[in-house]
Formats: sequence, C-alpha cells, structure tokens
Amino acid sequence: MAKDFKRPDGRGVEDIRPMKAEVGVVPNADGSAMFSFGNTIAIAAVYGPKKMHPQHQQDPKKGTLRCNYNMISFSVTDRIRPGPSRRSTEISKITEWALEPVLMIKNYQNMVIDVHINIIQADASTRCAGINAAALALAHAGIPMRDIVSSVSIGKLDKQLVVDVDKDEEDWEEGEGATDIPITMTSSERLTHIQLDGKISNDELKQVLELAKKATKKVYEVQKKALKESLEVKE
Amino acid sequence: METPNSTGDRIAQYLKDGKRFDGRKPGEFREIFVETGVSKKAEGSARVRIGKTEVIVGVKMDVGAPYPDSPNKGNLMVTSELLPLSSSRFESGPPKFPAIELGRLVDRGIRESKFVDFKKLCIKEGEKVWTVFVDIYTINHDGNLLDAAAIGALVALKTAKIPKYDGETGKVIYGEYGDEMMPVSKEIPIVTTVHRIGDSILVDPTLEEEDISEARVTIGGSCEGKVFSMQKGDSGDLSIEEMHKILELSENVRKEVFSKIDKFFK
Repeated sequence: MAKDFKRPDGRGVEDIRPMKAEVGVVPNADGSAMFSFGNTIAIAAVYGPKKMHPQHQQDPKKGTLRCNYNMISFSVTDRIRPGPSRRSTEISKITEWALEPVLMIKNYQNMVIDVHINIIQADASTRCAGINAAALALAHAGIPMRDIVSSVSIGKLDKQLVVDVDKDEEDWEEGEGATDIPITMTSSERLTHIQLDGKISNDELKQVLELAKKATKKVYEVQKKALKESLEVKE
Repeated sequence: METPNSTGDRIAQYLKDGKRFDGRKPGEFREIFVETGVSKKAEGSARVRIGKTEVIVGVKMDVGAPYPDSPNKGNLMVTSELLPLSSSRFESGPPKFPAIELGRLVDRGIRESKFVDFKKLCIKEGEKVWTVFVDIYTINHDGNLLDAAAIGALVALKTAKIPKYDGETGKVIYGEYGDEMMPVSKEIPIVTTVHRIGDSILVDPTLEEEDISEARVTIGGSCEGKVFSMQKGDSGDLSIEEMHKILELSENVRKEVFSKIDKFFK
C-alpha cells in the first residue's frame, strides 16, 4: 500500500473521520442514539417491543425487527423528495439484516421493534452511521442483545484501500475510480452486512475484510463509551 | 417459510454430507436454458430457465433528459415484477421489497460492471439521451430468480437493437431499426448468489433450499476475477473464513455459468 497516498481531506488511509456517539437524543423514544462520522450524522430511535399491527403481520415464532431508513430532504446538496424510495427501502432491509443476528428477540412473539433512522446531514457512509446509531439505540432501549454491531465503509480509490469513505472519495474518478464497500461486523468478528459497488479482485477483498475488522473495533469502542456514559449518574 | 420444518431439516442434514435432493453438488448449477426474441415488440428480450425457475426479461428504450450528474450518459432503469402467475406466494399490488431488491441487484450488476457503454447512448449532451428500461417478469418461481434475471438482462441487452430516432420531431420510431445495436462490452459480467445453510455453502438453490437459507451473498463480477457488485442478504451472519470461501466459490461459479451461456454472446 502506498504510504504517500493523499486523501482529499488529508486523512491517513486507515483513519476514520472524527466519530461522535450519544444515546438518549430522542426523549420520547424507548431508546435512541446519534452517531456521526465527520459530517455524516445519523439519529435513530427505537419504539417497542410493542404489539404488531396489523395483526396479520404478527410472527408467532419470534419478534420482528422493523427498520426505516430515511434521508431528511435537506441532508444533501440536491433536495431529496420526501418519502420512501427504492434506495431507502433497500437500505432499511439491509439494516434489519445487519442488526438481527445480535438481537435476542425470540421471546417477543407477535411483537415488533421499530427502529427509525434519519440522516440529518450526509457526507457518504450514511448507512454505516445509521446502523451504528440503530445498534446503540437498541441497546439503549434495553433490548436483549448478545453483541453489538459496528459498521464502517471501506473504499478503494484507484488502487488504494482506505477506511471510512466520504463524499469527495465516493466521487473519485482517477485511475480505477472508486469502489465503496460498507461492512458491518459484530465485536466477535462475525459479518452481518456487506455491500459493494465498483471493481475489485478477490485478493483485495480479503484485505478489505482485514481493514474492516480493525476499523469496526474502533467504532465499537466509541459505541461502548457512549453507552457507558449514559449510565453514569449525573450529580 | 412455506417449506415444512421436516423437509428443511432433511435438506440441512443432506448438505452436511455434501448432498442435495436433486443429486447436485453444493457448488453446482441446474441446467440453464436461454432463448432470445421472446417479444418482437421489445428492443431485445430473453427467456431464461434454470431448472424449473423461469423468467423473461425485455429491453425497451425511450429518449429523455439525462440525470443532472451524468449529462453525457444514457439512463438505466431496471424494474421487476414478481407475477402472481408464477407462484402462489406472490400477490398483486405495489412492488414489495423482494421485487425492489431483485431490480436493484440486477441494476447494479449491469451498471457497476460497465457492461453497457452509456456514453454512446447520449444523443445531445445535457438534453437528450436514451433511457434503457430493463423489465424482469417471473414466469415460474423455483428458487434463484435473481441469477436467472441477471442472465436474462445480459442476453436481452446484448441482443437489443436501438430503434430509429427522428431528431426533428424528437420522436422514437418504434419498430424500425437501423444497424445500431446496444453498445455492450466484450467482457460479460455474471451475477450469482451463494447461500449458507448451517455450515454448508451452496449455489443455485431450489425454492425449498432457498426457504431455509440463513444468509446469502450476491456477487457480480467478471470471469477474469474482478468483482463489481456485492450484497449480503438475509439475517444470518458469516465468519470471515466463510466469506473467503464464498468469494472463491463465486469466482468458479461465474466461470461455470458463463460457459453455459457463452454461445449467446457470439
């Protein structure tokens, strides 16, 4: 890997943008959290477990996780038309799949846990920030979990692998262009989500997984700290 | 969901010994059958059968405005309909998530691989470009609709002719074609899905196998070892070692699928 590679914002190739995490940002919700990577800010709120309505959607075998990812209309340069899109529908489902493996909701039969994720400001990697916020919000809501998930995007700019892709990097056009690979892992290194758009070889992908392993650990530390802080008694 | 537990358990048990109900190996595809020219009204079309699974894919074209972020490129729209005709599981009504996912995965398989040269589909920069509609319809659902749809989209695009366009009236003259074909690359990208059931990894599941699949990874790539698009589906997790295995199997399967459909690209 080239050491002299210059990222648009001057970060080192394995540097994540400054992360912030805070739980309890939506007092009405049963659990809530904010997570940000630099200028990408996501908030998530959990409502439930509560009885699933309409009744025919109830699952008698286990609880249901229902995620809703939404970008605020003014979170990006060109205003987004409010309401669900094909993209947001897919990210919502991907988020459910990323979170479900760590949730212990077998005993919440016929119930639903709603997770609402909103992107307030977008500078790429929004689904990763959303998943991180959602994981925190679920923990904050006291939903039994066997682990927490942490998400980060790995990028390939021309031939260089980088951690935590921002918008300037997402639009990279030199050489082989940009490959964007959002990945979510549990703290015990199980993969719960991976997506990819671009061009990359199998060998490079193996390096990507190693980078993601290290980077999600850093995200995990930030999440853990935020959860601990929320439990401290304020004088 | 609709496969009984007893059947599911038996499938998983068989897979532990590397066996499947239909005698295939875990990494083996069913027979693939491809037919072109399903509809004369379409610019290009294809029917794909993988075992009992069948889809038809058609390409229609129209002239419209480009997207602001790609003023010199044609547009691509991939949609899919899971027809109630093809399975008792599908109901009519607005598209639900599985239909959206199918369309988007095929869309990214085509888009990211640069299979279609969209710059050649620009008529007047910033004003008029071709929009390519790829529409997928399921005819019979016996698992692995996605891989079938992806093959169908490739073949339909490859055989698509560009209709005549009258620059003065700004109208497309449908049904009249010149010599212009869809500008596609020689390198054929293949989209395949690898599933995990228990500790077993397999491709091209039947409906019953798909029902008990715990996690799946859809990978689009070339036969020369490049990966262009990937997406994990379902709520099971994967170890990094399993992911390595999936990447390797997927590369081999792409070659196998290509060898079966190669003749349609000559």
